Parts: sequence; C-alpha cells; structure tokens
Amino acid sequence: MPGTDRDQALSELKFRDPVRARALVEALGRRTAELGRAPVSVMHVCGSHEQAIAKFGLRSTFPRGLNVIMGPGCPVCITDTPEVDEGVVLARQGVHIATYGDMVRVPGTSLSLADAQAEGAKIHVIYSAGQAVELARSTSDQVVFFATGFETTAVATAAVVLGGLPPNLSILSAHKYIPPVMEIVAEMPETKVEGFLAAGHAATITGSAVFEPFVARHGLPVVIAGFEPLDILAGLVKLVELIRDRTPQVVNMFPRCVTREGNLRAQEQLWKVFRSTGGRWRGIAHVPNGNLRLRDEFASIDARRRFTIDLASLWDCAPPALAQSCICGNIMAGLSSPTDCKLFGQECTPEKPVGACMVSSEGACKIWHQYGGHPDLGGDA
Amino acid sequence: MCLGVPGKVIEVAGNVAIVDFWGVRRQVQLDVVDEPVAPGDYILNHVGFAIRRIPESEIGETLALYEQLIAQAEQDDLMAEDVRNEIAASRDDPRAGN
Ligand code: SF4
Ligand code: SF4
Repeated sequence: MPGTDRDQALSELKFRDPVRARALVEALGRRTAELGRAPVSVMHVCGSHEQAIAKFGLRSTFPRGLNVIMGPGCPVCITDTPEVDEGVVLARQGVHIATYGDMVRVPGTSLSLADAQAEGAKIHVIYSAGQAVELARSTSDQVVFFATGFETTAVATAAVVLGGLPPNLSILSAHKYIPPVMEIVAEMPETKVEGFLAAGHAATITGSAVFEPFVARHGLPVVIAGFEPLDILAGLVKLVELIRDRTPQVVNMFPRCVTREGNLRAQEQLWKVFRSTGGRWRGIAHVPNGNLRLRDEFASIDARRRFTIDLASLWDCAPPALAQSCICGNIMAGLSSPTDCKLFGQECTPEKPVGACMVSSEGACKIWHQYGGHPDLGGDA
Repeated sequence: MCLGVPGKVIEVAGNVAIVDFWGVRRQVQLDVVDEPVAPGDYILNHVGFAIRRIPESEIGETLALYEQLIAQAEQDDLMAEDVRNEIAASRDDPRAGN
C-alpha cells in the first residue's frame, strides 16, 4: 500500500525527533512540488549518505518527483582494476600487503587480493595507516601499504609518511580526490543531475570553499550535509530550494564539523605528500586531478618505484566472464540503479561479488542488497 | 570506510590522545587535527587520526546518531560496522585494564 512504507520509515525516525522529521519530509514534498516539473535528480557522493538513506528507509519518505542518486562516493568501488592488479602482482611476488578490509575482495582483472591470499600471498587487513607501520616494524620482509580512500583517509597516510616510515615499508597509493569527479558527472552529456549533496567528513578536510569554483563553472548548487537522517533530509530541502530559486551556491549544513576553509593543517600535510594527477576511476572515466600520487620527494617510499610491477604476469589468468555485464559504472554515474543489473542478487552477491560495488560497505549494490534489495519503495507514496 | 567517529579525550601525551569511545579507550593520533586538543574535548576520529575538534556546543547532536547506531549494533548493519571499524582503527590504550 502506498504510504505504509513511508509511515513506517517515519516511525523509525521517531527515536530522534519525530516532529522535525515529519516537518522536513513535508517541506521536501512541498519544495519539490513547487518546482512544478518532471522528476528532479540530485546526487550525493558519499557511501555513508547512502548507508543512512537505506538504513533509515529515507527513500520511502522522498517525494515522487525527487530522484536521489548515489554517485561515485565510495573509494573502494572506484579503485580501478589495474590498481587492484598492482597490489595483486606485488602480493604474488611475496611482498606483504597491508590494506583496508574492503579492498581485499575487490576483483582485479583476474584475481582479487583474497584470491592471491588463497594462493599463499601475505595479505593483512588493517584499520589504520599506523598499523601498517607496526606491521613493518614486526618483520624484516618488505611491506607495502596499499593505501585507498578519499582525502579524508589520505591525510592519515600523509601523516604516517611525514612521521617517517620503517625502511621496509612503502606506499602503493590508490587515493582519490573527490571534487574533480563532480565536474566529470556534471559534464556527462546524459547527466540529469541538478545539484549535489556533498559529504560532511570529506569537507571537514577540504572545507566548503573547495566547491565554490565548481558551482561557478556549472551553475549547480552544492549542499554539505551530515549523516543523520535529519541532516540528510534538511540538506535535501535546502538543495531543492536552491534549484527552485535558481540560486546555485555552496551551503554548509554541517557547520559542526565543516568550516569554509577546512582543516588547513591536514591540507598542508596532504599536499606536501601527494600531488593530484589524472587517472581512471573504475567504471566512471578518466578523472583529471582525481588521483592522489606520492610526490617525487617521496620516490624512495613509492612502491611503484621500489618494485617492478609486471602487470602482464596476470594476463595468462582468464578474466571472469561475468564481469563484463557489471554496470557499476552506470550506477555511480547516476544513470542506472543496482536493480537494473541482471546479475544483482543472482550471480552477484556480497558473498560472491562480481563488481566492486557489491564488495564495499559503502558500495551501492552491497547497500541495496543488505537493506532489502530495492530500498526505493517511495515511488507512489 | 570513512564515516568518522566522535570520542572524548581523556588524556593527551604529545602527539597521541587517549580517547574514550563509549567505554572503549583507544589511542588516537593528533598529527592532523587543526586545533589544540585537551582532556574533556571531543574529537572526530577517522582511521586512527583525529581530523577535527568538535565544538562543545555541538557535541550533543554529533553523538546522537552514533549512540543510536551502537545501541542497535546488529551484526549485519553496515553503518554500525563502519563505526565499530573506526573505533578498532585506533590502538588499544596500553594501560587499559591496569
Ligand atoms: S550487482 Fe554486481 S555486477 Fe551488477 S552492477 Fe552491482 S556490482 Fe556490478
Ligand atoms: S570518504 Fe567522505 S565521501 Fe567518501 S564515504 Fe567517507 S565520508 Fe563519504
């Protein structure tokens, strides 16, 4: 029945502030109606936003005229296949690989790190860059920290690098930088995205000002929001308002963590260690300035320079045939939903992921699978 | 992998703080936080590093979501899992249990 899912979602929001939740849901409905036209699409670029939307059933409270799309917001999902391959090749050479948990099961061209581990490679799951340092101190073998994540996570890598690494530790950086990919999505000819909800924690580092040139160039509003259901609803209300009034600007709705200039000390460390360079994001496109790579001054700890990484050694393993049907890229570009993929929940499950989006706890496919297949129940509410 | 978790600073020793996350005490690195941190402050912890000192007036709101997530603590809840991983990211307080 229309309405029931919405009512249930609203009653689940009760734990916080039912009056505010209902008021925001109603405001969102009104603002969207005031647009007086066919569906409006907005994109968030944050896995944690998608988790909150799915977990709290927020999609069922969104008005019919509003599409909230998950963009390339998960650093695991957009780590490109050749980057995974580099880690796999190093692991098969006998080097210890330390990496964040979700990376282990992300498919490479033919193998994931988990596959390499099954063959005997030494893979270590860590939660913090500091643990890579400890691991290296505990052995005389070579250790490579396969470092992934957006700017929020890259600052931690920068801090351990600046703290000085043990001689047997090097860094394989697959870090990514969010602001440039918004340009790519905004410029895709098929894109219908009219505004962005930016993630509170990445903006904690970069500050809200980083989005100002983007807004000026593309005339699309950006609202920075936190991760509470009410934060997300309030962010969407503001975003739809800005679209309605044709007043594109950056609005910071998460001032408790985000300032205009951001964390300057973290930025200084980030750019001291890394430079941004163009590179592919899995399934999306080549993103100019979207990759963070070690600066030349840190060549001696760059795994790409310390080791010869022979990617061709993987080519005799056949790539998995199913991977060709994976539509992760379209999902992250906002053109498709996980349920549009014919492998979703069938051949592709969290236990046997075909694409990266089914691996990460911030991947759209995994989130939709975990929270009930098709969380978008609000179509006729 | 990037949610970040607030915790209360118990003690500061140079570059490292002992931080309490709902009764779990952990070491958090202070290398990247942009303001001086003192016992009693709250910080946002991400992969073992404090990335922000949370202004005092904002603590209540910031903690509420996490309290909810931790209270539910269902095994297969992705968001709660990210929160638990963030807490696991910092090192044990070496003196815990003493
Ligand atoms: S369901 Fe699996 S195969 Fe399909 S798009 Fe998602 S990750 Fe790719
Ligand atoms: S890194 Fe930032 S944008 Fe990405 S999922 Fe984490 S909080 Fe969201």
